[in-house]
Amino acid sequence: MEAFISPKVDKVGIEDRVNRITKRSIKKEAKLEGLKMALNMVDLTTLEGMDTVNKVTQMCYKAQHLHDEFPGLPTVAAVCVYPNFVKIAVNSLKDSPIKVASVATAFPSGHSSLDVKIADTKMAVDAGAHEVDMVISRGKFHMGDFGFVYDEIAAIKQACGTSVRLKVILETGELGNLDNVRLASDIAIAAGADFIKTSTGKIKPAATLPVTLVMLEAIKDHYYKTGIMVGMKPAGGISNSKLALQYLVMVKETLGVKWLDNHWFRFGASSLANALLMQILKQSTGAYQSANYFSKD
Amino acid sequence: MNKEIKPLKFSGKWDFDPAPESVDHISLKDQYGLFINGKFENPQTSNYFSSINPANEEHLSMIAEAGEKDINAAVSAARKAFDGPWSKMSAKERGKYIFRIARLIQEKSRELAVIETLDGGKPIRESRDVDVPIAAAHFFYYAGWTDKLNYAFPNRDPKPVGVAGQVIPWNFPLMMAAWKIAPALATGNTVVLKPAETTSLTALKLAEIIQEADLPKGVVNIITGAGATGAGIVNHQDIDKIAFTGSTGVGKIIMKAIAGSNKKSTMELGGKAANIIFEDAPLDQAVEGVINGIYFNQGHVCCAGSRLFVQESVYDVVLRKLKDRILSLILGNPLDKNTDIGAINSKEQLGTINKYLKIGQQEGADMFQLECPIP
Repeated sequence: MEAFISPKVDKVGIEDRVNRITKRSIKKEAKLEGLKMALNMVDLTTLEGMDTVNKVTQMCYKAQHLHDEFPGLPTVAAVCVYPNFVKIAVNSLKDSPIKVASVATAFPSGHSSLDVKIADTKMAVDAGAHEVDMVISRGKFHMGDFGFVYDEIAAIKQACGTSVRLKVILETGELGNLDNVRLASDIAIAAGADFIKTSTGKIKPAATLPVTLVMLEAIKDHYYKTGIMVGMKPAGGISNSKLALQYLVMVKETLGVKWLDNHWFRFGASSLANALLMQILKQSTGAYQSANYFSKD
Repeated sequence: MNKEIKPLKFSGKWDFDPAPESVDHISLKDQYGLFINGKFENPQTSNYFSSINPANEEHLSMIAEAGEKDINAAVSAARKAFDGPWSKMSAKERGKYIFRIARLIQEKSRELAVIETLDGGKPIRESRDVDVPIAAAHFFYYAGWTDKLNYAFPNRDPKPVGVAGQVIPWNFPLMMAAWKIAPALATGNTVVLKPAETTSLTALKLAEIIQEADLPKGVVNIITGAGATGAGIVNHQDIDKIAFTGSTGVGKIIMKAIAGSNKKSTMELGGKAANIIFEDAPLDQAVEGVINGIYFNQGHVCCAGSRLFVQESVYDVVLRKLKDRILSLILGNPLDKNTDIGAINSKEQLGTINKYLKIGQQEGADMFQLECPIP
């Protein structure tokens, strides 16, 4: 296997660029368009030990009925659940365009055997998941066994088959520095990831703008080399709409407008959808509505 | 790198709406006199010239043109202030005045930023985030130095030079004024400053701030005008030091003019700064450095990175990244908060740039230009 030599990342330069991106002023129609686009990119997520059948069913209902009094809203992109809830989610969403994503591979730690991870993945795929969100083996990564990390991703990709899209969670909060983020991104992309994703949401820090920029640059370099597009999903910690718009500006100015689509960009978030809804209604009607008019979670 | 792959597109979807900074909060007089001995005086030449907004060629205000008599008045006011209160004042007291100027710049930063952008064409993002805060920071910094000079140069007993004649360019009008005035004041000198003729307004607003700060009269004099006024300052017999920031050509003329006199000098002149990128560099951040190096302030920077050397092995990819990054820059109304590249400072400067572009092409250079509407 070829050795992984990734470009180095200059942290100060990344932070400078991020700072500049956050200075963009998004107003009027562009703001409304951006908010709707962001809402359409949300993977509505519940990944709790206390998840129940009703919690998942309720979330799927919410995904289809974001705010019924306000017509013309987009739907979210997908719901994201544990493998044992995939069937319930698929049934609840069977008449909608909303995809079902499932975490797998001993989420969130990833500590298990490859056999168990493949079985975990197959369970989600067989239950009808459209997308699988796997975690990389961070321990092996830190031990320098990049080949192991690569082979594992490739094996899970094979288990997903051709029609299920694979998101590879790097858990950047555990990778230590931006050079490692870049290297892990390159490994995941080379191993066949359809999406690279920042975080499980279980580790702080989760998604950040600098980490996302490094990953977008890895996607860009891969595109330059091969012409193949890879998707990006920052997850965790994105709970307000202003921040969501900053992510979109970053995507637009790094990869261009083709990635401004939920086929190529997602937000992994639970509370972001309501924050976006409130802003969309404010932007359209000129007034904020009470939080009582929105779902609790 | 595969050149057959479709280029990335950076516009055509989610293009940002205008986000202009408002101008209704600024106050500009119809006409500005010369700031001599603590007061705005009519020029003895009776001549005024128009200061325009280079983005739309609209008239902003009338600016006085200082002649020989005006320069004499400014220099003698500065001399009197130097011999009088200023050079004898305790360092700590001097510092208080400079701190006061710094705080007033901060208080009026929004107005100063808008005027800087109107008068010079630079994007509001830069005047708001760079020029004005740095100008304030300079006064703060040098205010802190006033009472520490004896410790920085122990047993040297540093003394002020006297009256400083200062001539500054149009690329960072307020910031340059701060760079020149703040250190001169901190070390106990008095000042006659001339801003560039296309960008006098923020220097004149600074004069108002200096008035408000109650600086002893004559310590700072700001006189406006073009090259002749600058030459008048340079050649004045009673000036002890010339500080100039501007073109290399004019710098040479000044050095010749003051040769043989007792005048000290500081020259900050132009350059052709180079960027060098090797294959093991973090390329995206290197490209960002190139972008900031050459597009900051429309490239109106003495050390703008106007040359780029790239190791052959990464030449194609660096060029591609650079072009893509250029495509995501926004060119437009300098007052729009999203504008990355504003207006060239003056019609004359635009002519100079176009002249060099033509020469470059005649000498065989390829030109890559942004595909975007030019407002």
